[in-house]
Amino acid sequence: MAKETSIRVCMGPGGIASGGEEVLRAFGRELKKSNVKAALKKGCSMHHVGCMGLCARDVLVEVVLNGKTYTYQYVTPDMVSTIVSKHVVGGKPIKEWLVDDSYVNFIKKQTKVVLSDCGRINPESLDAYIAVGGYEATRSVLKSKTPEDTIEIIKESGLRGRGGAGFPTGRKWEFCRAVESDRKYIICNADEGDPGAFMDRALLEGNPHAVLEGMIIGAYAIGADSGYVYIRAEYPLAVERLRLALKHAKKKKLLGRNILGSGFNFDIKIKLGAGAFVCGESTALMYSIEGKRGMPRITPPRSTEAGLWGKPTVLNNVETLANIPYIIRNGANWFASFGKGKSKGTKVFALTGKIKNSGLIEVPMGISLRKIVYDIGGGIEEDKKLKAVQTGGPSGGCIPASMIDINVDYESLAKVGSIVGSGGMIVLDEDDCMVNVAKYFLQFTQSESCGKCVPCRVGTKRLLEIMERITSGRGKTSDLALLEKLGNDVKSASLCGLGQAAPNPILSTIKYFREEYEVHIAGRCPSKVCKELLTYSIIEELCKGCCACLRACSSGAITGEKKKPHRIDQSLCVKCGACFEVCKFKSVDRE
Amino acid sequence: MINLTIDGKNVIAGKDMTVLDAARRAGISIPTLCHHPKLTSFGGCRLCLVEIEGIPRPVTSCTTLVGENMVVKTSTPHIVELRKTILELLLSDHPNDCMVCEKAGDCTLQDLAYYYGISENPYEGERRTYETRDGNPFIERDMEKCILCSRCVKVCDEVQGVGAIDFAYRGFQSKICPPFERDLDCEFCGQCVAVCPTGALTGKLWAHKGRQKNVNKVDTVCTYCGTGCNLTLHVKNNDIIRVDSAMSTWNEGWLCAKGRFGYSFVSSPDRLKTPLIKKRGKFKEVSWDEALDFTASKLKNIIKKHGADSVGGLSSARCTTEENYLFQKFIRAAVGTNNVDHCARL
Repeated sequence: MAKETSIRVCMGPGGIASGGEEVLRAFGRELKKSNVKAALKKGCSMHHVGCMGLCARDVLVEVVLNGKTYTYQYVTPDMVSTIVSKHVVGGKPIKEWLVDDSYVNFIKKQTKVVLSDCGRINPESLDAYIAVGGYEATRSVLKSKTPEDTIEIIKESGLRGRGGAGFPTGRKWEFCRAVESDRKYIICNADEGDPGAFMDRALLEGNPHAVLEGMIIGAYAIGADSGYVYIRAEYPLAVERLRLALKHAKKKKLLGRNILGSGFNFDIKIKLGAGAFVCGESTALMYSIEGKRGMPRITPPRSTEAGLWGKPTVLNNVETLANIPYIIRNGANWFASFGKGKSKGTKVFALTGKIKNSGLIEVPMGISLRKIVYDIGGGIEEDKKLKAVQTGGPSGGCIPASMIDINVDYESLAKVGSIVGSGGMIVLDEDDCMVNVAKYFLQFTQSESCGKCVPCRVGTKRLLEIMERITSGRGKTSDLALLEKLGNDVKSASLCGLGQAAPNPILSTIKYFREEYEVHIAGRCPSKVCKELLTYSIIEELCKGCCACLRACSSGAITGEKKKPHRIDQSLCVKCGACFEVCKFKSVDRE
Repeated sequence: MINLTIDGKNVIAGKDMTVLDAARRAGISIPTLCHHPKLTSFGGCRLCLVEIEGIPRPVTSCTTLVGENMVVKTSTPHIVELRKTILELLLSDHPNDCMVCEKAGDCTLQDLAYYYGISENPYEGERRTYETRDGNPFIERDMEKCILCSRCVKVCDEVQGVGAIDFAYRGFQSKICPPFERDLDCEFCGQCVAVCPTGALTGKLWAHKGRQKNVNKVDTVCTYCGTGCNLTLHVKNNDIIRVDSAMSTWNEGWLCAKGRFGYSFVSSPDRLKTPLIKKRGKFKEVSWDEALDFTASKLKNIIKKHGADSVGGLSSARCTTEENYLFQKFIRAAVGTNNVDHCARL
């Protein structure tokens, strides 16, 4: 087999943000040059791919030469001509630009199932997906499996909903299959809204056909003839690639009437979400598709009985659906061989925060948190001390560093007051203030509450007010008990998952970092994050009277003559920290 | 029939009944704010939460159907605690000006605060503020008192079929308003006022006319049209100060703008109380006998001179069906013409 020379440029969210488009254009220009063309007799293919994973080192570029893959990191357009001339043409990799061992570890320690083709294939090419086995699962299901067989495979695989709730996918399909109806729907929930989470986005941008294939198989299994992808409009590239994928799939008769000559009809529509977090909740999402206000309703009836337009509906998350073709292709046992206990398969996480290798990772369920943070993540930035890992986004909780050996699966995380959630994983270090982190997430859920039920609408607002009180020096000793009482009541009394989970960040941080709250109430932020609790003062013995702080102070709070110690008038100080930043003699004290 | 136990009491309920209905029928009270028996359930106020054996978290009884051998507890200490918290949260975002509120004495929120003894509120904080702008003469909207129970939205949509108002914004900023937050510009039927459990929606005509006590409630039938809705007039010092209608009436308590707000004619000095006949260019009060004799003689003269077809009859939608029937019978049989019609056809 002829060894193909090819170049892959990461154009996932991180890649594009780091200038992937410019790098891609630079490669295009370079490869068109006559001397390069002449040198590359067999030619060289170049394409953009979805997220490669290690977003922190974008733009990542892979050069495949003589069957070997070389990965360049931090590529900028001006490096491109050198890479082409020395490596692609000259055959000599530029070692100092290549990724180091930590990247190799980052990749090696992961288990890629659903992401296995993401970052490798051109997401805008149906042929590229087919070349790696795409739509084989569809073909085999439509040709040789009954819907019941298909459901059985998914049940056996142990796949559970990757959107956060972890409901067994096969059972959900089975419920819907069992309901008699003239019409059924399958919906892909791509309304990914957790702050810091981009798993679904990366999948849709990196391998949209896998999601479509999952939907086709799901539709066949439950007996649906139409489907919707509910995707947030803030993901324009994902929408564009999804539209393109739909177009290509229809052209190849993989969607529409009589798919692959099997007599099965199924089509997919895209519905853009308008930016409401609560529309990720299944019933609110369906109302939103119907053109109504996105407000959750009380279940039962479950969506599998009466969902979209009152018809039986299965709603699966992007990652859940993208897993389907791989399970069908490789078998239920293969999938179930990953993971632990009741949590089978792999899970994609968006690893962010104070971690060296921030990016998109896929690991087997049940892996220890330590392995994620230290082996894959490469440890804490600047080798600082790990304080906690926040999982599950605004609905999740904080796992303290002392529990670093916990297994990351549905049951284990729930036991310690957090959740797997959709896959956000934020690493916090010693400089992070846990009270502030909890406040941040609450701010998010509070403003995203739909307003329907009282505990969530007013309760989260009051919780936030108490948090604001505590972080601004107005906290009362009774506030901690009040937070716990109200937090638990909001959890118990709220209508949907948003309100029921909204107090989690607070409750879990109180559980594990109680003393941090107490110190705040006493008027101090130990991590020096909560601005209003800080006092800036000048240590006279260290001050050289250079006037740098005086010039930097925008509120006129600093006075002093040249070469004499300066002073800060606390009544004028707005605690912006400019003096602290600018002082070269460490004479500004922040306490 | 379904057998279940509510608070230790054996209850028999229909299979389509909710736990709330079954409990209330058995004389067990469960508080609600957003529930209305004539509207679809909402489940937003969360006050009707109950515990059901086998279900891990509290559920809203207004949306949960009864089940065979279900064991329901409506007021465990945990449930009572949750209800108190919910009421405290609602009252923390409420003007609490019951002393001057039009709705005092007839306010569900006030009743519940009383029942659960909510006095000090640990959750005091920011309150929503609204400008009152509506120029209409019928409906007063004091949205700071709105608890977003959605009853107004539902009655407007489900009963009236108008949809003049809906939810807007999210979270704490959520509000009920007409499109684009414009002034209320609907048919002013006042159904929203009738279902509002707080003082958020009241009748402008009713303001400061009198509390619920010391009013004489007089049941009557609306004279505005042939539908004949039952009205309850709230009378004080021989003046109508308010009109409503009970849910037990055949019109289920629903009224239109005329029936609900159009009662000022009753005590208007311009109201005609006797027939008038114009004599020498001036109207003079006459007895019914004289007026009817006069009309009959004039009709007879016209028929004699110009024939029966020169007469036509036009009847009014304010008449009942029976009155309309009699009228056409009179025109056809007594006058002798088919020239008869009704204003509703115009």
